[in-house]
Amino acid sequence: MKVMNIVDALNNALDIKLAEDRNIIIYGEDVGLEGGVFRVTAGLQKKYGNERVFDSPLAESGIVGTAVGMAAAGLKPVVEMQFSGFAYVAFNQLISHVARLHNRSRGRYKMSMVIRMPYGGGINALEHHSESMEAIYGHIPGLKVVIPSTPHDAKGLLIAAIESEDPVVFMEPKRIYRAIKQDVSEEKYSIPIGKAKIVSEGKDVTVVAYGAMVREAQRAIVMAKAAGISVELIDLRTIYPIDKETIIQSVKKTGRIITVAEEPRSFGVAAEISTIASEDAFLYLESPPKRVTGFDTIVPLAKGEHYYLQTPEKIFYEIEKTVKY
Amino acid sequence: MIFNDFDPIEEKIFQVIDNNGIVINKKWFPDIDNERLLQAYKDMLFARTADLMIVSYQRQGRIYTYPPSYGQEAIQVATAMVMSDGDWLVPAFRELAAYLGKGVSLKEVFLYYMGFEDGSRFLNAKNILPISVPVGSQLLHATGIAYEIKYNKKDQVVFAFVGDGGTSEGDFHEALNFAGVWKVPVIFIVQNNQYGISTPVSKQTASKNIAIKSYAYGIKGIKVDGNDIFAMFHALKTASEYARSECKPVLIEGLTYRLGSHTTSDDPSLYRTNDEEKEWGLKDPVKRLKAYLLNNNLWTEEQDLQTLQQFKQEVDIQFADAEAYPPYKLDDVFKFMYAEIPDDLKRQQNEYEDFLKWKEARK
Repeated sequence: MKVMNIVDALNNALDIKLAEDRNIIIYGEDVGLEGGVFRVTAGLQKKYGNERVFDSPLAESGIVGTAVGMAAAGLKPVVEMQFSGFAYVAFNQLISHVARLHNRSRGRYKMSMVIRMPYGGGINALEHHSESMEAIYGHIPGLKVVIPSTPHDAKGLLIAAIESEDPVVFMEPKRIYRAIKQDVSEEKYSIPIGKAKIVSEGKDVTVVAYGAMVREAQRAIVMAKAAGISVELIDLRTIYPIDKETIIQSVKKTGRIITVAEEPRSFGVAAEISTIASEDAFLYLESPPKRVTGFDTIVPLAKGEHYYLQTPEKIFYEIEKTVKY
Repeated sequence: MIFNDFDPIEEKIFQVIDNNGIVINKKWFPDIDNERLLQAYKDMLFARTADLMIVSYQRQGRIYTYPPSYGQEAIQVATAMVMSDGDWLVPAFRELAAYLGKGVSLKEVFLYYMGFEDGSRFLNAKNILPISVPVGSQLLHATGIAYEIKYNKKDQVVFAFVGDGGTSEGDFHEALNFAGVWKVPVIFIVQNNQYGISTPVSKQTASKNIAIKSYAYGIKGIKVDGNDIFAMFHALKTASEYARSECKPVLIEGLTYRLGSHTTSDDPSLYRTNDEEKEWGLKDPVKRLKAYLLNNNLWTEEQDLQTLQQFKQEVDIQFADAEAYPPYKLDDVFKFMYAEIPDDLKRQQNEYEDFLKWKEARK
């Protein structure tokens, strides 16, 4: 065991996989010498050499497009988009090839690759550095989408993502990269993709969260407890394939469900979860499923970001409203 | 014409003064009067003073992440000198002196980096786009604007900025290609400051220089000493006259160096050496122009000190003005999303106002 933050845990996962599989190639903008702008790949180039860990030209489409070729030829690229807000340039490669080549070639070419990207707000950043657009990746048939919320999960999920035969978009909540520290095993372990985790049990209302919102929800739960409300918290861990079973079982127990996310309101992950509850647990519901998310707006710059992001107080407000409905 | 005499395929670099401000290329000394030259120096000095002070405000926690541009003033001030009021400026994000030259106020720059979208309003600057953070993407916008100029037969030129890192993005190539095919008046200015964050130019391109890429798109190109204000002014002036009269694009590579960090979150000691920084320090564009002015008795050290003091005060005044800006309102999040706010979005705003009332009542 070693005390790690999310950055350390991701680095440890990459280190373990690089050591055991020479097909793994890591590249992206500034990931080599510098170890990435958030230092997730720090030290890896030195340890594994320039052919396995390197800086690419500044071109996201180039990074993901070449990864398609590498994967088709049998390598296992683990590439980084410096910020999720810059990944849109690679969207054509993602939607047209990464997500499709396996199906198009009738299973001949596996698109076994990981596309890592820091996402989310709360760091007072410039434009394009704060958004949470996980739903657009979840919406693309052929991709898996994973979001960890703790160092332990970050390591286990990244190892599972690298070992997945399918392409995984691995979104890292940059706001808590260094904010959460915990004991993490230095041994190899993986956490299955597609399985949510019940963080704490409760009986009055289910709260589903992921990424940086899990911690905010945990704080809200303390406030709810003081108000006599018992909350069951689910950490979704995987956006797609979504763990319907865990959600349905929980909502059947509590009769109420709230999803807390940093994404815009409409057509999102929270909308999907609300639909799952409505479709599969309709007769158990005592109040409408609730989306507690950002607005359908651009994430405001630093001075206005507090309006957009979900705080423990805001989450508690929504919990109370749902329970009193 | 300089495009023929300084062909990037022959690896020629257009230069007029040396590191000590001595004219080494008299033939190409631009037609520029002393008064204008002094103003250029003051503009460079002002931009540098502001830039360094912004970094110190950031260190004090009074401003958020900022991309310093000091060391790159000659390219930007030369652009401002050549740009007429009607010409367009399409920035990337490291062109402080160029924005100021276009009429953007320092207060607006401060507001932007304090986290107010209002800092992108540029109330007194005509024909300028806001800062574009996604690298290289803005160049296509520049080509589109240039199409409008051609379409409406306007007497204008577009000046568009990108860095060396940006030349790797597909958008860079598409913008030059479209401009070449459409034959439109746009000048693409590459501030080659040697690094895209930590990545050196040698890892961006195998071309022997960036200006040579003009050949691939059938347009004019030239590589210029970007820390030589005389060379930059001459190249930009020639390019703008050519773009205007021939209605064609030009690619200018200005060779420079980012003396500061990529942004205030970056630590250059991870990827470059002190020796390299010192070597480029000798080519500092502000020092070079100052040396020329001193050599020619156009400026004194005393004037320099006085001006610097005056600029520092001016920057502080504008910063105080920005710090006194009214607080960010909830409506600021919503009001520019659409021409007319959709009903559901209005509802989201109203619901949040209910939350704020609840929060207030709990206090």
